[in-house]
Amino acid sequence: MSEVKRGYVRPLDLKHGRVDMTHGSGGRAMVQLISELFTRHLGNAYLGQGNDGAVLPAAVLNGKPARLVMSTDCHVVSPLFFPGGDIGCLSVHGTLNDVAVMGATPLYLAAGFILEEGFALAELACIVESMARAAHAAGVPVVTGDTKVVERGKGDGIFITTTGVGVLPDGLELGGARVRPGDVVLVSGSMGDHGVAIMSQRENLSFEASIESDTAALHGLIAQLLATGADIRCLRDPTRGGLASTLNEIAGQSGVGMMLHEKAIPIKPVVAAACEFLGLDPLYVANEGKLIVICAAADAPRLLATLRAHPLGVDAAVIGEVMADEHHFVQLTTAFGGRRIVDWLAGDQLPRIC
Amino acid sequence: MKYIDEFRDGEVAKTLALKIARLAQPERSYSFMEFCGGHTHAISRYGLSDLLPPNVRMVHGPGCPVCVLPIGRIDMAIDLALKQGVILCTYGDTLRVPASEGLSLMKAKARGGDIRMVYSTLDALQIARDNPEREVVFFAIGFETTTPPTALAILQAHQEQLSNFSVLCCHVLTPAAISQILESPEVRQWGTVPIDGFIGPAHVSTVIGSRPYEFFAEEYRKPVVIAGFEPLDVMQAILMLVKQVNEGRAEVENEFARAVSRDGNQKAQDRVAEVFELRREFEWRGLAVVPYSALMIREKYGSFDAERRFKMDYQSVPDNKACECGAILRGVKRPQDCKIFGTVCTPENPVGSCMVSSEGACAAHYSYGRYKDMTP
Repeated sequence: MSEVKRGYVRPLDLKHGRVDMTHGSGGRAMVQLISELFTRHLGNAYLGQGNDGAVLPAAVLNGKPARLVMSTDCHVVSPLFFPGGDIGCLSVHGTLNDVAVMGATPLYLAAGFILEEGFALAELACIVESMARAAHAAGVPVVTGDTKVVERGKGDGIFITTTGVGVLPDGLELGGARVRPGDVVLVSGSMGDHGVAIMSQRENLSFEASIESDTAALHGLIAQLLATGADIRCLRDPTRGGLASTLNEIAGQSGVGMMLHEKAIPIKPVVAAACEFLGLDPLYVANEGKLIVICAAADAPRLLATLRAHPLGVDAAVIGEVMADEHHFVQLTTAFGGRRIVDWLAGDQLPRIC
Repeated sequence: MKYIDEFRDGEVAKTLALKIARLAQPERSYSFMEFCGGHTHAISRYGLSDLLPPNVRMVHGPGCPVCVLPIGRIDMAIDLALKQGVILCTYGDTLRVPASEGLSLMKAKARGGDIRMVYSTLDALQIARDNPEREVVFFAIGFETTTPPTALAILQAHQEQLSNFSVLCCHVLTPAAISQILESPEVRQWGTVPIDGFIGPAHVSTVIGSRPYEFFAEEYRKPVVIAGFEPLDVMQAILMLVKQVNEGRAEVENEFARAVSRDGNQKAQDRVAEVFELRREFEWRGLAVVPYSALMIREKYGSFDAERRFKMDYQSVPDNKACECGAILRGVKRPQDCKIFGTVCTPENPVGSCMVSSEGACAAHYSYGRYKDMTP
């Protein structure tokens, strides 16, 4: 007797099938997509209940009351698959990191999928499997989600929105407004890897750059930093807009200036070369697995040592210091001993003509 | 990075800076124009002016291809995309140049224009091959550096009889612009341009050679040093210019001997001459109409000329009256001397040409150097 699944007749054709409008209709096809793909890979006790939401235990950390931290992020990367990752693991790491840099321990994720009619189910399966691996490795389950399908031409294959929830112990306060003159700026590794990995795969730009995205979940590294008890003022992951935009944001929040040292900022030669070729500045190029740490000066050496002892922080460096500046400029001493501003980016970085 | 790091050695820069400071005579001042935006960018990005003695001043010239593109030309490209329904291909930072009615190519794209950023003319040709039912126009801008690839694209399209490909040609010429700076009517209006010498763009000279600059050196008694775009190239060029001024020489010297010869790339020049001829006149943003300063497509390749194919006429659009770009491009004023600099005119909302690309004098000063205007 042939195997007939309960509720529908034929299993999803994950090899040749395509997303069609019925997958977002709310009907049987959508249930099938969720159960055969999303629940199969991302499944856990909460998601498996199949309710509209997940009922989660109250926020308690180590037996003590704690606060909840929640963050959400939309992922629209192109191409969907790139060296070192894909939109699936990126959507897990990006949101986990946003929760973790608040000082919180990420506990749960929710995922929203917007699928374009015609999108290959095989690719969708790869993406969901990648999400599942990332979520499993991070120890953070996807407990609820949503799926919509838009007509062909109205999407870009797949968009993923993830929301993360974490718990923050009472007494721990990190934030962009807590930075003070005299503090020290550290980064956990080389800048610009993710952005260059993405650009190297764009269809009209084929250069041979053996660079992989740095996409990674940072909460393990952050937990070790917090465990030192050091006076950390602010943690940030410099994603879109890169190091420069993130530091400008913090300078504005805290009403301070910063002085960075060009020679101290780690940038891989292949990333520097690709940026040179394209006329881009690596300080503005996106990262997905890097951390900015701003701390009291006295605590910088031990935080640097902690970063370097972790696999995700081996190339960590002290890159500058915070100073008083009513204009909130982020400045840079160049390798030449000159000085310049590292300004906000005006729109997207565009390749120069010559 | 091989061939890059060698030219970014901070210690060598300090030695060069020391030599410049020793040679620069304290009783005189030196003003050198770096014609090309690539040099402006390098000077700002590496903070080179901090390494120069106060009496050596760099004046930023008009050599940014995006900055000197007049509004009317962008309007033509937008018109092609929005009204004629073509696929318009162009290089990256052209997308942000402000045009009429608050538009730019980027904003026109958001309004439905099929506008695509390409990295080379070959990409544009491929788009034409892939879309035989659509008209594909390459919006060609830039100085002598970007002209040969456009010529090759037209020759290739001609060979393939690619009937849906054409070029909106806005290529301009370096020597004509330098002449305009030195002897335009505006110079008389604004006063003598205080320029003691020029840094010539190496990439232009890899194509045209150093010979075209010999005229300036002789006729205007201005030394020219052709230099690469790495910070050490620029420092070395400044040193060579200071020496020439001190010795009363006005010669063309070649700092970029690693790639530039006196006669340039003959093959590239032949391709350009095959496809293009001089335009009688061309309007530059900030420099007004400059005679024989740009190229147009020859009659033989007229079917690839978008202006002819779509029967377009150029309409001049005046710049904002408060904008001082004309004086800034000639070195008569500095960006911070302009009333709208950093207030009405910013990189997010550029009003004048110099604020458009990061290579423009105003954008470079705004993005990299404005701390100097605010800190004691």
